Amino acid sequence: MNWLAFCSIVSAAVAVCFGAIGPALAEGRAVAAAMDAIARQPEAAGTISRTLFVGLAMIETMAIYCLVIALLLLFANPLLK
Amino acid sequence: MKSPLTSTALFHAGPVPITEAVLVTWAIMVLLVLGGILITRRLARTPSTTQEVFELIVDTVDSQIRDTMQVEPAPYRAFIGTLFAFIFVANWSTLVPGVEPPTAHLETDAALALLVFLAVIWFGIRAGGVRGFLRTFATPSPVMIPLNFVESITRTFSLLVRLFGNVMSGVFMIGIVLSLAGLLVPIPLMALDLLTGAVQAYIFAILAMVFISGALGGDGSARDADRANGGGDDTSIKGMAR
Repeated sequence: MNWLAFCSIVSAAVAVCFGAIGPALAEGRAVAAAMDAIARQPEAAGTISRTLFVGLAMIETMAIYCLVIALLLLFANPLLK
Repeated sequence: MKSPLTSTALFHAGPVPITEAVLVTWAIMVLLVLGGILITRRLARTPSTTQEVFELIVDTVDSQIRDTMQVEPAPYRAFIGTLFAFIFVANWSTLVPGVEPPTAHLETDAALALLVFLAVIWFGIRAGGVRGFLRTFATPSPVMIPLNFVESITRTFSLLVRLFGNVMSGVFMIGIVLSLAGLLVPIPLMALDLLTGAVQAYIFAILAMVFISGALGGDGSARDADRANGGGDDTSIKGMAR
């Protein structure tokens, strides 16, 4: 096990770990705001939930990017060839 | 552990390597096409139960297109509906034992995202001509032109990574849990995976609609009339996609 492999594994873990915090907080805020909006205006629930779904997908992509970076580091690392 | 980023060839058709994902894709295509032919072979004025179920599905797709894009759904029904049906069936093909969903591989998702990228250009040019389509890049102001060009590439890429990441992470996670704790433990995860698969198919179709309606520009009178009637949500989704 050389240093480069060690660093890759650690940074993959760090990428997923910190990459999950931001989107988790953001999704929590988005869902809370949507719940608030639906409680105030139940007749707009359809529109709100569709917009919420699209927004959540956008936020979630950030976490997915981190996951892909981690997988690149673990399985397709160009420095470890 | 097998890398989720690579795929191995099962056999070679001449010089072309055929992977498992391609085989599953062909199977899904055959299933969808044969199913479509069989169901629409005997359409009746008073629908049978099967016909009614599928009419309900088409109606749902239509109403989603009408709500999201604020246009008549007829020109977009085939593309969006097929996209949704294919991704949905592909994501749920994990239900068949031994089958890995083709959307868990980068190539299939790249092909789907490329289709959306080309469809945006095609529908945009058909709606407003080449000049009208190019003018949509200059909205809301000409300062945005480079940003809009870059965005049309990056959003295709993010479409690809989103679908790939979600489906692949589900498959990957189940593989890890399966190697840790055998028999019944992965089942709740698999159920969650089915939910994710359905939601991702929906999201992919919705985002394709949003991108296409962004390329249509302010063309039809029906669009503006719809917006005047209080369908103002269209702009909010589009704003978010940017």
